[in-house]
Amino acid sequence: MLSRRFFLIMFALLAVPVHTLLASGNNAAIDSGATAWMLTSTALVLLMVPGLGMFYGGLVRTKNVLGTMMHSFSAMAVIGVLWVVLGYALSFGQNVLGGFIGWNTDYFFLQGIDESIISQHIPEYVFAMFQGKFAIIAPALIAGSFAERVKFKTYLFFILFWSLLVYLPVAHWVWGPGGFLAEMGAIDFAGGTVIHITAGISGLVVALYLGARRGYPKTAMNPNNLVMTLMGAGLLWVGWFGFNAGSSISSGLETARALTLTQAAAASGALAWMLIEGIQYNKATSLGFVSGMLAGLVAITPAAGVVTPEGAIVLGFISSIFCYFAIILKNKIGYDDSLDVFGIHGVAGIIGAIALVFFLRPSWVAEQSAGWALSRQLITQSITVIIALVYAAVVTYIITIAADKLFGFRLSVSSEQAGMDRSEHAEHGYGLLHIN
Amino acid sequence: MKFITAIIKPEKLDSVREALFAAEITRITVSTVSGHGQQEPEEEVYRGVKVVPNLSPKIRIDIACNDEFVDITCNAIMEGAKSGPGEVGDGKIFIRNLEECIRIRTGERGGKAI
Repeated sequence: MLSRRFFLIMFALLAVPVHTLLASGNNAAIDSGATAWMLTSTALVLLMVPGLGMFYGGLVRTKNVLGTMMHSFSAMAVIGVLWVVLGYALSFGQNVLGGFIGWNTDYFFLQGIDESIISQHIPEYVFAMFQGKFAIIAPALIAGSFAERVKFKTYLFFILFWSLLVYLPVAHWVWGPGGFLAEMGAIDFAGGTVIHITAGISGLVVALYLGARRGYPKTAMNPNNLVMTLMGAGLLWVGWFGFNAGSSISSGLETARALTLTQAAAASGALAWMLIEGIQYNKATSLGFVSGMLAGLVAITPAAGVVTPEGAIVLGFISSIFCYFAIILKNKIGYDDSLDVFGIHGVAGIIGAIALVFFLRPSWVAEQSAGWALSRQLITQSITVIIALVYAAVVTYIITIAADKLFGFRLSVSSEQAGMDRSEHAEHGYGLLHIN
Repeated sequence: MKFITAIIKPEKLDSVREALFAAEITRITVSTVSGHGQQEPEEEVYRGVKVVPNLSPKIRIDIACNDEFVDITCNAIMEGAKSGPGEVGDGKIFIRNLEECIRIRTGERGGKAI
């Protein structure tokens, strides 16, 4: 089981001081195949962040294209630094504060892992950087829910504290050594709960707190560039192979399984959305295609190590259906989760985390201890989802209030009307529209 | 019949549309234009270099209407386009006589075609 293996690795690392763990200059332990794939995966997951920027950037109005893309890009800077300084230590260190968070002084500024090779035979730097990319993309995902209406400065404050208080604790519980959700036996292969559920619910909380964009839903707010959205979606699909197949922390059978399941679920999610729209409107939209694709990718994320290929196809398909109706429901209720962070990432994340128990590989089930039962796994998965939802919602609400009281979260009416590109960044995205 | 052309700030398009809609003026043509009036264009920053564009982005609104609607239309545009007490760059309204108007579908002419 993945979570137990993580625990063992980290335990091994902690039991022996890192410096003595490795004879200096001993590279024999490095598996160059696994290292090469993990380096590639690290790059692929980072590629998802500009991919997400393009995806979101194309969906907003012309005046907000740069501001929206900067929400993704700035996460690379803020969390990119935070992760090296504190993030890895807080999420992958041993339990402190009763297991609420981790800590390992060797990981502070990554100062003690210079020669460390973890038990999967890859340099620890690679593992730390790989995990760091997940920490970057999680807060960047949230930005879609409050697109087109927040102050940039406050956004930076928000993602810093969201990462510290929501992402790092939850990542520690699920993936860290001795994390209590991992101990419970929760399955979260590549971060369906840690990333997509927490980001989805947090986005919903901030969107509800800030209220709708000015004029929503009466004024039409059309995407400024769906071509860019599709290109971004393409990068996300490709990057997801690093996200899921990389989460095996190896280069072998488990990696190949995760890659296959990811491909199957993404394709079936996209297909499902096209079919639904085909039935309803007799047309398939490009935005619908990529929404279904994303729903499938999100749903397979927690399950990429444990389900069958048929299971991946079914998970992708049903997550697409659920997301489709979640967005219809959103439009009926009328709240402004602008780019459907909860509608896609939250909903598909929940579907994936819970429904995966019905599609488990027989060989995975055979590996479980005698006391394992499907019903118990189902309960464990549900409890994990509920803990992630409640914890992320409450803490995000507190951070949002703090950010709002300190700096003001929402743009002034005039800045919102002028657009974030001008009011927050003093630029404009498209020269051709402003002949000069 | 008059042909009203207004040049306004891009960020005021929403509020002008709302004001026109409230005054029941719904037939409208909107274009994105660039221009230079009395206002100095807002500076932009590229790699630390401040750039003052030669031309500012503006929105042009064209409305054709019968004489009795001219004041209603202009008041609505002014209400929507004015920044607070008024600023340089809020724009201008041009009113021209409109010689003829033809509805393509029916061939109707004059005031009833508007």
